[in-house]
Amino acid sequence: MSNIVEINNLTKKYANKTALDNVNLNIERGKVVGILGPNGSGKTTLIKILTGLLRQTSGEVLIDGNKVGVKTKSAVSYLPDRNFLYKWMRIEDASHMYKDFYTDFDEAKFNELLAFMNLNRSMKIDSLSKGMHEKLNLALVLSRNAKLYILDEPIAGVDPVARDQILDAIINNYNEDSSMIITTHLVRDMESMFDEVVFLKDGQIVLTGNAEALREEKAKQIEEIYKEIFGEG
Amino acid sequence: MEFNSNLPIYIQIMNLIKTKIASGELNGGDKLPSVREFSKEMKVNPNTIQRVYQELEREKLVFTQRGMGTFVTEDTDIIKNLKKDRAAELINQFFLDMGSLGFRIDAIKKMVSEWTNKEESI
Repeated sequence: MSNIVEINNLTKKYANKTALDNVNLNIERGKVVGILGPNGSGKTTLIKILTGLLRQTSGEVLIDGNKVGVKTKSAVSYLPDRNFLYKWMRIEDASHMYKDFYTDFDEAKFNELLAFMNLNRSMKIDSLSKGMHEKLNLALVLSRNAKLYILDEPIAGVDPVARDQILDAIINNYNEDSSMIITTHLVRDMESMFDEVVFLKDGQIVLTGNAEALREEKAKQIEEIYKEIFGEG
Repeated sequence: MEFNSNLPIYIQIMNLIKTKIASGELNGGDKLPSVREFSKEMKVNPNTIQRVYQELEREKLVFTQRGMGTFVTEDTDIIKNLKKDRAAELINQFFLDMGSLGFRIDAIKKMVSEWTNKEESI
């Protein structure tokens, strides 16, 4: 089967709020999928369910044919939208940590990515700027040979130079055997990276499709469609 | 490159390459960048560049040699036709733009001949 992710009738309710409302989505192998929506639209909830950090209220989520669990965690490389490294560490220690945790961590690839990002192994985590943090985290995540990469807001709050490096690293890492899910609200900067886009509004998929087909059909770039759906505000 | 027209990205990139071939910036037999290099340069998904090359190949403007890469066609007739097509597109766009300013064909013709006379006298 060619789908890396299958989501059927997925609903997530918190005490008095429905964060995801009957979401259905299939993601093919080798595709880069953009999940687009403003803050609070359900993007991070969806990702946390895919990565096993949250349990759904109802519905089914399959990754590579398996229900989310121990087995799928090893297939998924996840970039959270916040820092996940200890402040006392050097990049060297972060590399060791990844090597210990993940059998698919490719240290040679990590060193290449570090050089590309203008980082080196002796730098201390707590001396890194926001952009450098984001570049380091992405380098770690992309250095795993995973089937599915999930990047939550990879360019939020970084300067234009770091942003370009991050986009280049994502393109370089692209290969036909693995898929990527990228959430963002910075649609203009990222829209040319996507094969497919999913617009998430108040926990529901309001529009989804091939990015080029949508541009053709609506005679608009994805950013314009985004503004239409979510309002200029 | 900023993709800000209303066209799909693959068509915008195709047009960019067509312009380069028509203007002679790319010559017959020149090698195009690999899909990966070009996608990095353009900052677009490699699948988009793959599509660009496929469509250009379908239009016989480029050809692929296995294991070697993608090359601009060496058929001069095809390049000549491409130039004609691009010129026709420009003229068409010119008339559309002039039309939207309210000029009729006769007025446009007059303005064009005045303009060419002025150019010739320089």
